[in-house]
Amino acid sequence: MAKKKSGNVEFAPRGIGDEKSGAVQKGVDLPAATKSKHKDLGLSAAKLKAMYEQMYLQRRFEERAMQQYQKGKFGGFLHLYIGQEAISTGTTFALNDDDDIITAYRDHGWGLCRGITPSEGMAELFGKATGCSRGKGGSMHFAKAENHFWGGYGIVGGHIPIGGGLAFANKYEQNGRISTCFFGDGAVDQGALHETFNIAQLWKLPAIFVVENNGYSMGTAARRHTVADIVDRADGYGMKSAVINGMDVFSVYEKMKEIADDVRKNSEPWFVEIRTYRYRGHSMSDPQKYRTKEELEEYQKIDPIERLKTYILENDIAKEAALEKIEEKVEQEVLDAVEFADNSDFPKDEELYEDMFVEDDPYFHT
Amino acid sequence: MAELQFREAIKAAIDEEMAKDEKVLIMGEEVAEYNGAYKTTEGLLDKYGYKRVIDTPISELGFAGIGVGAAMNGLRPIVEFMTFNFAVLAADQIINHASKVKYMTGGQIDCPIVFRGPNASAGQLGATHSVAYDSMYAHFPGLKVIYTSEPDDAKGLLKSAIRDDNPVLFMESEQMYGLKGEVSDEEDYIIPIGKGKIKREGEHVTLVAHGKMYHLAVQAAKELAKDNVECEIIDPRTVKPLDLPLIIESIKKTNRCVILDEAHPFGGLAAEVGFLIQREAFDYLDAPVQRVTLPDVCAPFAKNLFDLWYPSVKQVVDAVNQVTYRN
Ligand SMILES: Cc1ncc(C[n+]2csc(CCOP(=O)(O)OP(=O)(O)O)c2C)c(N)n1
Ligand SMILES: [Mg+2]
Repeated sequence: MAKKKSGNVEFAPRGIGDEKSGAVQKGVDLPAATKSKHKDLGLSAAKLKAMYEQMYLQRRFEERAMQQYQKGKFGGFLHLYIGQEAISTGTTFALNDDDDIITAYRDHGWGLCRGITPSEGMAELFGKATGCSRGKGGSMHFAKAENHFWGGYGIVGGHIPIGGGLAFANKYEQNGRISTCFFGDGAVDQGALHETFNIAQLWKLPAIFVVENNGYSMGTAARRHTVADIVDRADGYGMKSAVINGMDVFSVYEKMKEIADDVRKNSEPWFVEIRTYRYRGHSMSDPQKYRTKEELEEYQKIDPIERLKTYILENDIAKEAALEKIEEKVEQEVLDAVEFADNSDFPKDEELYEDMFVEDDPYFHT
Repeated sequence: MAELQFREAIKAAIDEEMAKDEKVLIMGEEVAEYNGAYKTTEGLLDKYGYKRVIDTPISELGFAGIGVGAAMNGLRPIVEFMTFNFAVLAADQIINHASKVKYMTGGQIDCPIVFRGPNASAGQLGATHSVAYDSMYAHFPGLKVIYTSEPDDAKGLLKSAIRDDNPVLFMESEQMYGLKGEVSDEEDYIIPIGKGKIKREGEHVTLVAHGKMYHLAVQAAKELAKDNVECEIIDPRTVKPLDLPLIIESIKKTNRCVILDEAHPFGGLAAEVGFLIQREAFDYLDAPVQRVTLPDVCAPFAKNLFDLWYPSVKQVVDAVNQVTYRN
């Protein structure tokens, strides 16, 4: 018989209030950004401006969406991507247009990158028939399958195996396409990730699994919900891996391009940890007591959109006025999108029963 | 009697049982430092500390199973799911392990665990966040399933669930957490599992309704009373074991029945209760039993479709009119 122990027992690590010497806690440690200039990366001035426009669009789209939500124009969940736009933008510019993308519910930015128009996106938020998912999905389920954007998914970790399955089909068909699957740091703790990684490595699936580590899973800091550095998971599977600074679009673009080339050539999976930060609460009803204002401000100081803007101006790629023109154009597009969504019709009653089965007149139990 | 919100009644039940028994602990996503995603565990971390109020990673299968193992090994865990829609990931532990371990070890091992959290739809949250799982779990031998409608029931039944030596699923609703109601302040207030309650007496038709559907039944009964149709409302409170005698007694009086169920129609509670009524009270029925359920379709996001999808007072009134041949 072992002797009974005495002393304090605890399980989950403690959160804020526990840090030393009043230092500002950091949600994630960002690795150094790339030193490469746009020319080293093969990015033209036009491409840079397009990147800027894309990031600015995502930001303004969501800021307007938040406003409309607060006005009561639509309900349900609204998870904002604000702060993380360099990841969607850098990635989509690095991939081929027919490579697959699948993500979690924080999906607006991804959808806009993959050709969901601001109007189709806003209308989806409003639950209108003109939305990208015909009002059936809402904020969490933006999708544009024809552009190989397979959508946003609401069960944490649920789409990780599906990302592997997209890659499986590409390998099966030998079509040269690769698949990318994005998820949050919270999803790393799901068993689905581990099962998928093992199979993906064993079967050499052409997939890139990417954790967008924004430091928090709802109200739980990453160090309170997961052990070690997330990226180290790859080692256990002998999977290639990388860590990227997600607050810098050049870093994302450069590394994702390199990795995509490798996956396309060798048909082997990668696990990539992109570190980033979400500025807003988890969703619209989050008092955010788990982090400090100071911490948030640390990351807002290195805002990815401002960073690109500064680069463009300092390197004389475009004048302030030219960027302002882009901003005005985007602003108008987003306002038009709100108007479009507002004026669009809700789905017709009979659409409740559409999209369940492939048949025109399927069986429904009553 | 004290007026409590649903969430306060749940918290009070957990608090009282934790105070009484050192072996009781609670774990789940955001239950500790965040004070609960829906604040049903507010203040418990401060009171009981990090040992007994435990934040988990988003690993439903893992922490549900850790709960099962801990229960087998002498503790009495309460495992909170942010919703039962996410407990689907933990279904293996609930269905293949918690429910079966006692039987397959010839009675050697008990599994006194409570799995709890909100069930069913909570508004426009889309297809994956809107399913009612009470009937599904009730299908499996070895599980007790509770889905209450009012704070008083919640408190008394949750306390029973925590004390029960079997695995119990205790279901709540995001949309009811703010609901207020009188809760008995009797010391150590316990409602036995398996006992339903007649919550409104009436002579013309029996409405069987639990969980959120109970409140729909109340509204429908009010409407119908204006037309002098008096509904008797039975809230089974516990889905399994089901208080069939209470339902049958009522049918013998009213001779008509409408069942409300927040699940899809195929094989749900409404199907089961309907079958039992015809088996036990066939000769007393003056009309075929009707039911109001969700349609056989996923939850849509769009507001108008959602409203169409979700059971309505009008559907209940129509069903009552049908069984009373008033249309
Ligand atoms: C299986 C499952 N469990 C719990 C939830 C509730 N939930 C939604 S998002 C979330 C946090 C996820 O955090 P993370 O993966 O880091 O993504 P982020 O929100 O930071 O983008 C939780 C717990 C869910 N949707 N699915
Ligand atoms: Mg996160």
